[in-house]
Amino acid sequence: MTDARAAAADAAAAAATEAYQRIVAALIRITGDWTLAEDCAQEALALALDRWPVDGLPDNPGGWLMTVARNRALDVLRRGTVERRKLRELAVLALTAATAEPEREEIVDDRLRLIFTCCHPALPLEARVALTLRTICAVATADIARAFLVSESTMTRRLTRAKTKITEARIPYRVPTGPARAERLPGVLAVLYLLFTHGYNADGEPAFAEEAIRLARLLGRLMPDQAEVHALRALFLLQHSRRHARRDPAGDLVPLDRQDRSRWDHAAIGEAVGILSELRESELRESGPAESGPYALQARIAACHATAASVADTDWIRIADCYDQLARLQPNPVIELNRAVAHGYAYGPEAGLDLLARARAGGALDDYPLAIAAEADLTARAGDRVRAADLFRAAAARAHGDAERRALLDRADEL
Amino acid sequence: MKYLMFVCTDTEPDTDPTPEPDINVWVDRHDASGQRLQGMALAPKSTATTVRVRNGQTLVSDGPFAETKELIVGFDLLECADLDEAIEVARTHPMARNGRIEIRPQADWDRS
Repeated sequence: MTDARAAAADAAAAAATEAYQRIVAALIRITGDWTLAEDCAQEALALALDRWPVDGLPDNPGGWLMTVARNRALDVLRRGTVERRKLRELAVLALTAATAEPEREEIVDDRLRLIFTCCHPALPLEARVALTLRTICAVATADIARAFLVSESTMTRRLTRAKTKITEARIPYRVPTGPARAERLPGVLAVLYLLFTHGYNADGEPAFAEEAIRLARLLGRLMPDQAEVHALRALFLLQHSRRHARRDPAGDLVPLDRQDRSRWDHAAIGEAVGILSELRESELRESGPAESGPYALQARIAACHATAASVADTDWIRIADCYDQLARLQPNPVIELNRAVAHGYAYGPEAGLDLLARARAGGALDDYPLAIAAEADLTARAGDRVRAADLFRAAAARAHGDAERRALLDRADEL
Repeated sequence: MKYLMFVCTDTEPDTDPTPEPDINVWVDRHDASGQRLQGMALAPKSTATTVRVRNGQTLVSDGPFAETKELIVGFDLLECADLDEAIEVARTHPMARNGRIEIRPQADWDRS
């Protein structure tokens, strides 16, 4: 396929996804019936695939799809017993791709309601991720089931239970307002993050990482003033930029310092760096020093790595500073470990060893091979090669896989 | 929509030292708003009696039907527009900090 045709196909797929999201979101708002909304949207898309190659593209494809889906929903509801009000609302659902006027004070994109409802904390976490994939990203239930390592019928039951709870416990189809919105947003972002990691892990579904990036972009358009939403997209892009370099041909993880940096996706890195500098500018415009959120800090750390020519050329002082802030926001042993490593590069191995000893004081990292490997690395750079080699062997004894064990034993032998 | 709030104890209560909300203020506020229809605190579990009927025989026994560390110590019946409103009411109950609260909607037999 030529580039132009590939681009046209991508644009058509993106338009179809957006139309699907708008249709599902509007039909759920009016009918309250999640399954009906999904079925009607699917049928409209199927009919489009059937008709458009024959009849040609309609003037307003989004409006065409919305009308078909609406008519299908009307047919189904007329056959059942349904309140006249719902039928009336459906009948006036605009013929354009725009949705009917929201009945409430604030004009909110229906898709934002859909995202907040799918990510409601009263639903089990795994169901939130699955429901988001199914309802917003239109991913097939079988594909979601495979990523979660369950059978399709189990996943279908899980999705049905979640939809039943939304209906029966009356989880509102609404974006929370006021302080509740700020309280709920981190939960929404956590679902997106989990969705991304399902795409990023070795046994995951790579397409989910792309879905997470698209969702973060949509959320950023719908909530432009929320810095953490944009920061999360930057973080996704930076992690995703290493997708071709982070595994060797056998599928084993390649550590950052041994990755072929020419294979990183520099367009994605450029986009992420652009997002972060815009965030920095708007932070500076705000009155007073704005506190950076956890995703902004993680993204800045990832950007330092992504824009460095090598490990030695990395801006470790900036990374150490970001970890200091992150450790204050989200104190946990793994962040403390990374903080110690960063300080080791920024201010010398003794500074790193000192922080590492404090991070390990509670015993939380005792069986964590990376903590021992970090101590080994810092010890080697501090000059005690014999002790460092012993530590690398101790880390290897606790390694989780053959590749990790081999890599750690190689480090011991190199000393 | 009616929701029942089960007010329970919890083995790990809140450690926040700020004073907890006053239960009488909570009751008065939500009675006035129309969100709390009724409710009561319950006597200790040592006073509980369990009743079953099997093959026409009434079986009465001492104690609660489930032996758990968390006990139901009271309930409140709410009338709320949706789950978020019920969560907001539950959040301000003193036992949300001292214990935990389970919110269950009324069954909708017409729908299922």
